[in-house]
Amino acid sequence: MTVGGGSVLGIPPSSEGYVLEARGLTKRYGSVIANKEVQFGVRRGEIVALLGENGAGKTTLMNMLFGMTAPDAGSVLIDGGPVRLQSPRDALALGIGMVHQHFMLVPPFTVAENIALGVEPSRRGILDLSDLEAQITALGRRFGIDIDPRALVKDLSVGQQQRVEIIKALYRGARVLILDEPTAVLTPQEADDLFKVLRGLAHEGTGIVFISHKLREVLDVAHRIVVMRRGAVAGEVLPRDATPESLASLMVGRDVLLRVEKAPSVPGNPVIVVRELVVNDDRRVRAVDGVSLSVRTGEIVGVAGVQGNGQTELVEAITGLRATQSGSLHLGERDLTRATVRERTDAGLAHIPEDRQRHGLVLPFTVAQNMILNRYYRLPFSRWMVMQAKAMRDQARDLVGRFDVRPANPEARVGSLSGGNKQKVIIARELSRDVRALVASQPTRGVDVGSVVFIHGALIAARDAGAAVLLVSAELDELLAVSDRILVMFRGRIVGEVEAATATREEIGLLMAGGVGRVIVPATN
Amino acid sequence: MTRGRFAFIIGCIGLLIGGAEVLRSPDVSASIVAASMLATMLRFATPLTLGALAGLLCERSGVANIAIEGMMLSAAFGAFLGAAVTKSLLIGVLAGMAVGVAMATLHAWLSVSLRVDQIVSGTVINIMAAGITGFLSTEVVRRQALVGAGLLPALRIPVLADLPVVGPVFQQQPIAWMALLLVPLTHLVIFHTPWGLRLRSVGELPRAAHAAGISVIRTRYTAVMIGGAIAGIGGAYFTLESVPAFEPLMTNGRGFIALAALIFGGWTPAGAWAASLLFGAANALHINAQQFGIPVPAQIVGMFPYLLTIVILAGVIGRVSPPAAVGTPYEAD
Repeated sequence: MTVGGGSVLGIPPSSEGYVLEARGLTKRYGSVIANKEVQFGVRRGEIVALLGENGAGKTTLMNMLFGMTAPDAGSVLIDGGPVRLQSPRDALALGIGMVHQHFMLVPPFTVAENIALGVEPSRRGILDLSDLEAQITALGRRFGIDIDPRALVKDLSVGQQQRVEIIKALYRGARVLILDEPTAVLTPQEADDLFKVLRGLAHEGTGIVFISHKLREVLDVAHRIVVMRRGAVAGEVLPRDATPESLASLMVGRDVLLRVEKAPSVPGNPVIVVRELVVNDDRRVRAVDGVSLSVRTGEIVGVAGVQGNGQTELVEAITGLRATQSGSLHLGERDLTRATVRERTDAGLAHIPEDRQRHGLVLPFTVAQNMILNRYYRLPFSRWMVMQAKAMRDQARDLVGRFDVRPANPEARVGSLSGGNKQKVIIARELSRDVRALVASQPTRGVDVGSVVFIHGALIAARDAGAAVLLVSAELDELLAVSDRILVMFRGRIVGEVEAATATREEIGLLMAGGVGRVIVPATN
Repeated sequence: MTRGRFAFIIGCIGLLIGGAEVLRSPDVSASIVAASMLATMLRFATPLTLGALAGLLCERSGVANIAIEGMMLSAAFGAFLGAAVTKSLLIGVLAGMAVGVAMATLHAWLSVSLRVDQIVSGTVINIMAAGITGFLSTEVVRRQALVGAGLLPALRIPVLADLPVVGPVFQQQPIAWMALLLVPLTHLVIFHTPWGLRLRSVGELPRAAHAAGISVIRTRYTAVMIGGAIAGIGGAYFTLESVPAFEPLMTNGRGFIALAALIFGGWTPAGAWAASLLFGAANALHINAQQFGIPVPAQIVGMFPYLLTIVILAGVIGRVSPPAAVGTPYEAD
């Protein structure tokens, strides 16, 4: 097993010293050029960030470098020599490892079984994982990755699963590790841990390609930043010469205002009023343990917390996706504790769900159909129980324009849209009616910079129009920028409240870890 | 497969045999009841076990198989024809396997290569098998006045076969022995070989298998075709081990019960086998009830396995999940 140096093909390193290089790679899908003469390379021990918006061609490039997609023109070079990658197997054999955005791990298998898959060690035809398990532990120790080789993958957290992916690539002798949006699914703490591991790997000589659209982390972790836009390399910069603003404008091709501009909030009467709410999770363990909170008109209340501290269940209980054990929920004067989702919708509650693919959209439906999911049963979309195609089309055409959904085609299948545009469809649907309260959960997760700016603007516009907004996010920067007040959840309780204008990341981080804050909401139960 | 579920199924079998003992009329001796229950149970369980193993290989690779019935029916005909024409029972079995593989290849081609809905593909095979075998049995078998080549002889294990009560267990026909042998063999292959790991990965998360350099298409073809061969052996049971003749629709839904046994047993060989035995035991009680002088209507007894299926599928003793990718054609992007 080789981790780090050594030339697989016996070819000396090229003059630039690239271990892996793309030279003039071009890929077309029909009339769309996904990659246009892309030049790109990574050296030993180097962390290269590949930055770009969704749809900029990052993933296509990586798929070509990993042998999952064949280029139409151009070549892939390893140690300076051209290679033909016809399948991931070829790439793996040449020392290229990949950590996909959607993990390639079989949930009911153990860690060791997953790592063995495709290169199974056996003795007289019988699978023998004992040596492999020892090697996994050894590799883990070497790179500071603590993992039990016999644990079932389905029992691991997302962050741990990612480490299994990294170990898998290293076990197969990866000298270059490609990570596709590795932090999209991680909490800030998990992301920091990941960066530690990556720096360690680079230090040992592994070349790392890090795909992201998050500016802060790219500046933080990369040695070199390659920015892609519309299928081509738009520029290459060193972190010390770059600012978030300069990177963003390179990505988008125009100047982007990253700071969220908003007027001070003018809160009115309480709208979302939660009292002593107790909610169980799927395993029937108490996840929300007596939460009380209220959100007034004209304010955005953020909820911070490490993933798994009850935020998801709290949101699901408020929006009607999950039953409550005790406690109450009011929208204004109205008791919605036991109301159905439709009753809540009709009462003026809007919801931007955490998992937009599962709870936000019907992927095989068109944009126009998805835009009326919360009102299809009403006039003008339904008359005498017959769907009114024209009303649906007219509204969709209007919303697609107003909410900048791309492509601006109401008949496009929602499943074919990028993450940011999917989210815009949901926001268009939820906010294009009279809304008294909005619950937004991770609204910008996996969304490109341009869409993030747009979504933040939409949240603030809803606030300014008088809605009460509850914003749950794993991104502290987002909470600090968008919210007026921030509540911190820890182990199913609200352990602190801070003013967004004066709070610091450190202060909130401490509360998220169970520390003591400035203002303690009286504990219940 | 949890141990608890396995124990539950075995307990139910014990309950059936015990029930027969308790309810038998005093004229029938206890050992006769036990011996004939065991013998009938094993006989009934043989095609179910083979059908369930066939389905298991197929479904573990991510291809739903409701076509076990059709594969077994056409294999039963193929085995009869092969044996009748060549007068060789061995060639009969091989012919049954060949027909099973042919039907399985059709299933794989439709559902893996053409990505036809796997339930539709299975239905096609079931209907086609009934039609073709029915047609050929009138056109070829009756017109040519083909006579079967007889039945496979029982193989006895000396000494053990002479034991009282359990003797019948050690005196079975070759296909019954093969079913018993294939249960641990399939378990070994599925859970303890590199190929088994790949097979299961293809059935759980095919894109992970693809990323690990495994050919999803080839693995599925192989699994479905091996399953077809096993279903072929199960089909041969009907015409070479049960009765030496082919009757239209003679599998009589046994392929679907095999599918139920597969689900019942949590997609594991041991579980599927135990579930097949349970269906066998219930059937044994059903057909022997009168002979044992049991004062319960046979139809009530016959309901037992189906009631149990409902109880188990309702999740009363814990749920099992099917392979995650079952039913989803794989499309590499």
